[in-house]
Order: sequence, then C-alpha cells, then structure tokens
Amino acid sequence: MSAPPGNAHSTPNKPSAGRVRRPVTAYWRAVGVIAWKDLRAEIRSRELVTSMILFTLMTVMVFSLALELDADARQNTVAGVLWVTVVFAGMLGLSRSLAAEKDRGSLDALLLAPIDRSALFFGKMIGNLVFVLVVAGVLMFALTVMFNITLIRPLIVLFVLLGSIGFTTVGTLFSSMSVHARARETLLPILLLPVVLPILISAVRGSTAILNDLPSDDWLPWLQLLVVADVIFLAAGYALFDFVVEE
Amino acid sequence: MTYSVPRDRALKGLTIAAGVLFVLAMLMDFFYVGPEKTQGEAQRIFYIHLGSFLGAFIAFAAAVVAGIRYLSSRESRWDILGLASVEIGLGLSGITIITGMAWAKPIWNTWWTWDPRLTSITIMWLAYAAYLMLRAGIDDPERRRRFAAVYGIVAFASVLFTIIIIRVRPDTIHPVVAGPTQADPSGGFDVAGRIRDTLFFNLFTFSVITVTLVWHRIRLENLAERVTRRKLDVLSEL
Repeated sequence: MSAPPGNAHSTPNKPSAGRVRRPVTAYWRAVGVIAWKDLRAEIRSRELVTSMILFTLMTVMVFSLALELDADARQNTVAGVLWVTVVFAGMLGLSRSLAAEKDRGSLDALLLAPIDRSALFFGKMIGNLVFVLVVAGVLMFALTVMFNITLIRPLIVLFVLLGSIGFTTVGTLFSSMSVHARARETLLPILLLPVVLPILISAVRGSTAILNDLPSDDWLPWLQLLVVADVIFLAAGYALFDFVVEE
Repeated sequence: MTYSVPRDRALKGLTIAAGVLFVLAMLMDFFYVGPEKTQGEAQRIFYIHLGSFLGAFIAFAAAVVAGIRYLSSRESRWDILGLASVEIGLGLSGITIITGMAWAKPIWNTWWTWDPRLTSITIMWLAYAAYLMLRAGIDDPERRRRFAAVYGIVAFASVLFTIIIIRVRPDTIHPVVAGPTQADPSGGFDVAGRIRDTLFFNLFTFSVITVTLVWHRIRLENLAERVTRRKLDVLSEL
C-alpha cells in the first residue's frame, strides 16, 4: 500500500545528511494509532477473537460431519471450507467493529479527531484485517492437522492475505453503513456477501488449483483478478468512507 | 426532474416509439432472421437475452453516475434516478436470467447449471436486490440517499465481474459473442448478415426501452412525492 494521493497531513521528507528518515507521515501515524487502539482493546478483553476462533473450529466440525469428506473430497473442498469459515467468522468481527464504537458513543469522538476520515477507515480496516488474519491462521493450522492437507504454503498464504484485504475493505465500508440500520446484524451479510463473492470465488478457485499442484496457468488469472478487485475496493473505500460517516 | 406537461408529452412520445420499436424487433426476431444452423429456433431468444442484459448494464451504470452526482451535489433527483435505475436494472437482468434458462433447456438440456457466467449474473442480481434492502432498512431519508449512492457505486463491481469472468475462466460453456476470449485473444465479433442486423436492432430497442422505463419510474416517484406533499398541505390546513 502506498500513501494515497490528496493527503493533506503528510510532511515532506527533508533531505537530512547521512541519516535516512523513515517516511512515516502524520496520516499513517493516525492509521497506526487507530488500528493499535482496536488491537490493544482486543488484547485486553480477548472477547472477539476468542469467540471468532471458537466459531471457526465449530464450523470446521460441522463441515466435516455434514459433508462426510473422504481424502479425495477433502483435497477439493478444503479451500472452500477455509474461505466460507473465514467469511462467516469475519462477519462476526466486522459487525462488532463499528457497532461497539457507535453504542459507546466513541465513534463521535473519533470523527471529531483532526485527522483525515480515510485514515480512520484504514485504521479500522487494518484492525479488522488483523483479526481476520489471526482467525485464518488458526484455521489453516487446524485444517492442516485435521484434514491432513498442508495449507501453510507461501502461495496459499498470499491468496489468504489478498482475499482478506479485499474482504475486510468492503466489510469495513459496509459495516459502517449497516450500524445505522434497524436490523444491522441481518443487513451486513446481505450487503456484503454478493459484493465480496468475486473475491471469494477467486480465492477458492486459486487455492484449490494450487493445492492440486496445477500449473500456474490455472491459478495466475485468479491471482490477477484478486489483485485488481483489492485495488478497486481499496480505492472505493478510500473515496467513499467520507460520505458514509459524515454527520 | 419535476412534473410538467411538455415533459409528459415527450415521455408519451418516447413510450410509443419504444412500443413500436419493440414490435419491430420481435417481428425481426421471428420472421426476418432464419433459424440458426446449429441451434435452430431456440437461438431466436438470444436477441432478447443480450438486449435485456445491455439494458440492465445501462441501468446499473446510470446508478453509478447517479450515485456520484448525488454525493457531489446532494440533489434528491439524482437519488431518484439511482433508485429508478436499480429497479429497472433488476427487472431487465431478471429477464436476462429467465431467457437464458429458457434457451439452456433445449441447448444444454438443463434449466440451470453452475457455470461461472450463470453464477456471476445471479450474484449481480442479489447485490442489487440488497440495494433495495439497504434502502428499506435505513429510516433517516438523508442518510438513506447517501448510503444508497455509496452502495450503488460499489455494487457495480459485480456487474464488471459478470462481464470479465468468462475471460478469466476458460471452462465456461456459455457462448461468447463479442470481445477477447481465451480461444481468440485479439477479440472479434462473431456474427454477420441478418443475425447481426437483428442483434443491433434489438440492442438499440432495449436501450430505448430502458430509458423509457427509467423515465416512467422517475415520474412515478415524483408523483408519489407530490401526493405526499399535498397530503401534508391538507393536514396542515385542518
């Protein structure tokens, strides 16, 4: 991720002799502070990630019982099981992320802060992304052990990372809309699932092709589609979050 | 767009033109083109299938434009255009799905198959159905317009996905008529003669029909707003 354009708070890097300054601008500091605030609250309470991980493990149990998977079937369905579980567990976290801020009234305080609104968006999104990645990591480990398929491979990790970025970007944008709705818990999945399905399909198809050791012709187009979708959704989130939270 | 007599007359003219065009298009579908050499009579539904998809594409693209214009100007007429476009787009893409199924039964011997093209257009339809759910779920009218505009813009990603999916995924059985494919990366346009004439005429007709329907939907929304205002006026006089 590079620094977005139109960043009013960035301080130009002064060329200083003999010393390389890290290009951390006020914008990215604000992003980091917001993300770290969410992570620290979670490290202290441990309520969200604990329930997400428990939910994840139960879902894997339900899948393996419901689908009665043998070794062959596991090979072809494990990526689907991984992604469906990550998406549903991620939805639990996303619906809480802004709902908690709104219910405690801290959202108003965040909006009053003299920072770019998109910094708030990226901070929230990175917080959610870390939760989703923790869940995905635990799930990949669990599936590797329980399904006897090595999921922890560089390319699979890359697909998980790119898919999670796209999912949490759209998810953060939509959950900040659905908190204002009457039935917020039901509205978020309805809004989010059809829009992130392209990401989901690309990630599942690509991961399955890699697990079956197919040549790169079979998974490279999915990887490209995933990158394009991520870029589109990041740009949409950056441009549109302002309009969602303005009050 | 407010209600006015000359505008109403223009809409009436456009409606008649759309009706005449539609009758001509149907006559071309059934009498001007002969049966296609491999698919026979079943191929005739293709003109409605592609025509209604073009109409849905125009409507959903109009919703993106309306969303951007609403967010920059905050005029409620852009929101009405967005709502009208999404509703008409949903109807037209519903026609695309249903005509596709009717064609698939004789050609593929099944109404439905989990082909990427079929799946992605259904996802697109669901994304825009969610747009209406979002509008129904937000009480504050100003916030509803704002959120609808944002969602209408983001949901267009599912339209783009429907269009590019068969270029990414080679194992679709859905025919590709225009543009680059895996088999023919340079792109091309795979129809000629009477089939091409009929196809272009149908695409034009469905574009006109889409504009007409969206206009009618906008007029309906404006009339409904006028009724609400009149009611409030009457109530305030009591």
